[in-house]
Amino acid sequence: MIEKVLEAEGLVKRFQGVEAVRGVNLSVAAGEAVALIGPNGAGKTTCFNMIGGQLKPDAGCARLEGADVTGMTPRRLWRRGVGRTFQITAAFASMTVRENVQLALNAKAGRVGRVFGRMSAAFRAEADAVLDRVGMRFEADRPCAILAYGDLKRIELAIALAGSPKLLLMDEPTAGMAPGERVQLMALAASLAKRDGIAVLFTEHDMDVVFAHADRIIVLDRGSVLAEGPPDKIKADPIVRAVYLGAGLASGTVR
Amino acid sequence: MTALTPDTLLIQALNGLASASSLFLVAAGLSIIFGVTRVVNFAHGSLYMLGAYIGWSLTRHLASFGAFGFWGGVFGAALLVGIIGVLIEMLILRRLRRAPELYPLLATFGVVLIVQDVTLAVWGPEDLLGPRAPGLTGFVTIFASRFPVYELFLIAVGPLLLTALWLLFRRTRFGLLVRAATQDREMVAALGVDERRLFSSVFFLGAALAGLGGALQLPREAVNLNMDVSVVVEAFVVVVVGGLGSLFGAYIAAVLVGIIQAFGILFLPKVTLVLIFLVMGVVLAVRPYGLFGRVAASERQRSPAGDRVLRPLSVTARVLFGFTILVIASMPLFAGDYAIGLIAELLILAVFAASLHFLMGLGGMASFGHAAFFGIGAYGAALALKVLQWPMAACLLAAPFAAALAGLLAGWLCVRLSGVYLAMLSLAVAQIAWAASFQWVEVTGGDNGLLGVWPAASVASRGAFLLLTLVVTVATLAALRVAAFSPFGYAFRAARDAPRRAEASGIDVRATQWAGFVIAAGFAGIAGGLYAFAKGSVFPTYLAIDKSVDGLIMVLLGGIGSLTGPIVGAFAFGGLEAELMASVAFWRAILGFVILALVLVAPSGIMGLFGTWFRKARNPALPA
Amino acid sequence: MTILDRRSFVAGATSFAAIGSPAVLRADDAIKIGEVNSYTAQPAFLKPYRQGWELAQEKVNAAGGVKGRKIETVFRDDGGKPEDAVRYAGDLLDAEKVDVLAGGFLSNIGLALADVANQRKRLYLASEPLSDALVWGKGNRYTFRLRPSTYMQAAMLVEEAAKLPAKRWALVAPNYEYGQSANKWFKDLLKKAKPDVEFVAEQYPALGKIDAGATIQALEAGKPDAIFNVTFGGDLTNFVRQGTTRGLFEGRSVVSMLTGEPEYVDPLGAEAPVGWIVTGYPYGDLNTPEHVAFRDAYKSKYNEMPKLGSVVGYETVNSIADALSKAGSTDNEKLMSTLEGLKRMSVFGPIEFRAIDHQSTMGAFVGKIALKNGLGVMSDWSYRDGAKYLPPDSEVKILRPAG
Repeated sequence: MIEKVLEAEGLVKRFQGVEAVRGVNLSVAAGEAVALIGPNGAGKTTCFNMIGGQLKPDAGCARLEGADVTGMTPRRLWRRGVGRTFQITAAFASMTVRENVQLALNAKAGRVGRVFGRMSAAFRAEADAVLDRVGMRFEADRPCAILAYGDLKRIELAIALAGSPKLLLMDEPTAGMAPGERVQLMALAASLAKRDGIAVLFTEHDMDVVFAHADRIIVLDRGSVLAEGPPDKIKADPIVRAVYLGAGLASGTVR
Repeated sequence: MTALTPDTLLIQALNGLASASSLFLVAAGLSIIFGVTRVVNFAHGSLYMLGAYIGWSLTRHLASFGAFGFWGGVFGAALLVGIIGVLIEMLILRRLRRAPELYPLLATFGVVLIVQDVTLAVWGPEDLLGPRAPGLTGFVTIFASRFPVYELFLIAVGPLLLTALWLLFRRTRFGLLVRAATQDREMVAALGVDERRLFSSVFFLGAALAGLGGALQLPREAVNLNMDVSVVVEAFVVVVVGGLGSLFGAYIAAVLVGIIQAFGILFLPKVTLVLIFLVMGVVLAVRPYGLFGRVAASERQRSPAGDRVLRPLSVTARVLFGFTILVIASMPLFAGDYAIGLIAELLILAVFAASLHFLMGLGGMASFGHAAFFGIGAYGAALALKVLQWPMAACLLAAPFAAALAGLLAGWLCVRLSGVYLAMLSLAVAQIAWAASFQWVEVTGGDNGLLGVWPAASVASRGAFLLLTLVVTVATLAALRVAAFSPFGYAFRAARDAPRRAEASGIDVRATQWAGFVIAAGFAGIAGGLYAFAKGSVFPTYLAIDKSVDGLIMVLLGGIGSLTGPIVGAFAFGGLEAELMASVAFWRAILGFVILALVLVAPSGIMGLFGTWFRKARNPALPA
Repeated sequence: MTILDRRSFVAGATSFAAIGSPAVLRADDAIKIGEVNSYTAQPAFLKPYRQGWELAQEKVNAAGGVKGRKIETVFRDDGGKPEDAVRYAGDLLDAEKVDVLAGGFLSNIGLALADVANQRKRLYLASEPLSDALVWGKGNRYTFRLRPSTYMQAAMLVEEAAKLPAKRWALVAPNYEYGQSANKWFKDLLKKAKPDVEFVAEQYPALGKIDAGATIQALEAGKPDAIFNVTFGGDLTNFVRQGTTRGLFEGRSVVSMLTGEPEYVDPLGAEAPVGWIVTGYPYGDLNTPEHVAFRDAYKSKYNEMPKLGSVVGYETVNSIADALSKAGSTDNEKLMSTLEGLKRMSVFGPIEFRAIDHQSTMGAFVGKIALKNGLGVMSDWSYRDGAKYLPPDSEVKILRPAG
């Protein structure tokens, strides 16, 4: 069996007594891209935020390469090799593209407490190398604030990659993008993951993206895992079709 | 010694409720205006004051109509003030819809200054005593104590108004829009609502409520020229303690403040100076979004600085700076002592403004209480000199340490919040520090201050002191620049731009912000220490709200998107104020008009305007 | 006046502009006085003050000036902030090259100006600030004061308070140095005069922000026989109106500082608190030749009755002018030694600038508030010569370390 990067067992989260997530198990292996899908309110984002450290689970645990990381803050998780992107894209708008990545590299090197020395002089080449990987090398000197949305997504991916993650969490990575761009972005993420052996867990509404790039799909419904398996199997699963795919959310839908 | 009988307690509670109603009237309008337009309306107190003055004039003219005349005058005043509010919105604030956050605040501050002088010119300097309310002049006896009927009436006004507003917001389309806009501004725009009409009508309502609040004070208080600023600060406290956007919260907060104030007077008479701020501090420490406030939903955080990329100084800018430094350094050769003294003072203000800019421009943490650290630095230096008998150089070093230490404490409290909540908590902290400097007479000399803080003999001359100030200023501003471009400076900005992203990239957002707060406090302390020696004395006014507001104005006026902005702002505002005060009687009005004009012409500050000119003249990637 | 009346708006604007403008009578070798005051922050007192000042200056110049030189004044507004007062004191000394400094209303500004005077070794005549520290605790050899201090006014009122049968006293004063030291002296001196008094309640509302209802209830809770009040301005107005409605003053004596000054009693109109024992200024009934001459001149120039501020402004100029002509020079050292012990006639009577502490012996009027034509005025008043209400010289020497 392949070594699992992420293993989550029995994750439970209650909000004011209502169980939003009720005992979810999932795992992601190195180089594997796993999609977490489900209708609105199924508990995807809650699940995601428990793994990413934004929420503390009420029960269950998460392990990163076998070590218990349940309830760790995003910052500690990041130090252990968890990178993530957000549904509402957030890059550092007051910096250039390169500076965004350089900052992440400086953080990685534990240099962000320094009040001397120009940040922009450190890790310049390394930053450009990361930007190359996401195809943004030529935009390096542009201010982030004026970037197109799709480019911003790539920057976020570059920031996440700058931390050399073992696990990449991507929450709705293609939300708000034009359909053509979506497949492109996810193709990029998946290929990078494959090449560097990064485990990728992502949530996604666009089924084209999901079926094209996920190695495995986990379907959530009302807080529980409804089905799990490779894309072909999920596509064919009658229960999934009934609760989810049949509900008109088949393709190209944006939340 | 004081006999606490049940009737004393009851009457005191009633007194608290009466004050609460008065406060609620002002706070309600403020809350509605802020909720819908996100404008921090500093001129709300001026509208309240105008309500009182206009009400005074109207009720006197209508006195022959008895009760009808009185109430006609009161409501007439509310109506007129409502119209004034609409004018302010249409003529000024409407033009600033696209301006960075807080620029409308700067504009409303200009309005405050203008209204102060207009009121003085129209109604004269003396306090005016309004008429009593016909039919409500008497008192009722509660146990053995008398209680004025008018106060009972006021107690009823609060809940009545709350109910009326509740009905307005629940039962009308206007109310629906107001509620929608309060919760999600973009949604209203998406609904295709005429935003301009909505904003104007909201301003009318808010201003009329302030005017009504002012006019209703006529039977209980003398109308005077200081009504404006004191009430606006208290009203803000009430709005924030209640939770932004919650009218019910505002009423409860007003009651809380009123009652605590009334009982504070009974038990600790001297604490009344800060009681309201202590209440706010405690509430915000426990409930960061006020009593009934909700965690700011998904509102996109607009950074007050805009999204300007910081760039190193261009060659032109370097030459300009070098030239300016040379001119200032050579001033002792050709300039008079007064000019030298003034420039030294402006340099110090530039350091103060730059420290605040570091906090709000880079860190995105607007502070309404930054003067606290300036003042603590000044007291630190003065006490080191007077009590510890340290040499001047050591005193100047003590100043930033004292301020940074205070910043360590204040920052720990403040960085847990953001936006207006953070600004108000910093104000509370500053007011508590101010009260300490005012009341701790043994150490600080109270309001009489510490005197004889004159520079050492070697820098006693104006020229020598200027050179010392120049050296410290240049070093300080350079250090702030270095810090801004350092990894920490970027992390600090990252924490502002996208806190979740920063946290997920290994930046400890809170620690970074805390450290930034301490740095900003320390640098304000450097300015304070120098200021103490420049003035030869230290007073509680150094920590007062006015100073904090001055700092805010300098930063905004200069332009928040650039590191040069606060320096330009300090020279522009400080220099203008000093020269106007020395030469014209109505300097406040003129200063107000100048601020308004600048804000309207350059809605992102003077440097923002320069930046635009530069960019138009040359290519897009020019230094800020 | 209403806001709808445009003519009065313009009239008001111009009249204030006139008193506020820094214009000076330029005359080549005029003697220059530098005056710093809180014109925009404390206009109610300082507008009449400025008028009195200008009247005196006109009078002195009309009579040929001082030894043939005109006197002129450069005014500066400090906006109520000591740090700005310090800046303008520097402006006046350095840029305007004034010969002497004067002015000040708030105590802390008076002290700041006194410290500048000390540092720059220039004469400063404080006109209004009442703080005892100005001539005692923080007194210096360059600083003189015209008005009777907090101590003196407290002593005058204690004399009357001790005659009352009241044993239980409640005190209310604004929360800053002036209020606190007024209360302190009142308590000390009254206790000395009448050892069996007790002080049952003390209230310190923030200046300009009195919560009158709650303050009154807190005083009432002490069940006092009598009340000592130090509040003034808007605080006083609110305190009186609420206190009257709530019956705080019924069956109780009230002794009150400054309340008889027209600046503070006029705004109360017919609601002036009849029967209060106050210090103040009976401008209408004081008919000494000196005062009548002053009042007539003031009335004919400004078409209104003088207020206490008018007298203070007027006498500040006259004191400086007298010192200048007696010294025969603007040399500050000479002026200072002339001022020490200078005796002159004021509109209130003879005064002397004491050599021992630089305090003038200008007194105050103590009387009772009465109503006349719908306005509060002083009745049964008498002038209290300041010289009689200062501590013995041996005590002053301890109080004033500067010597």
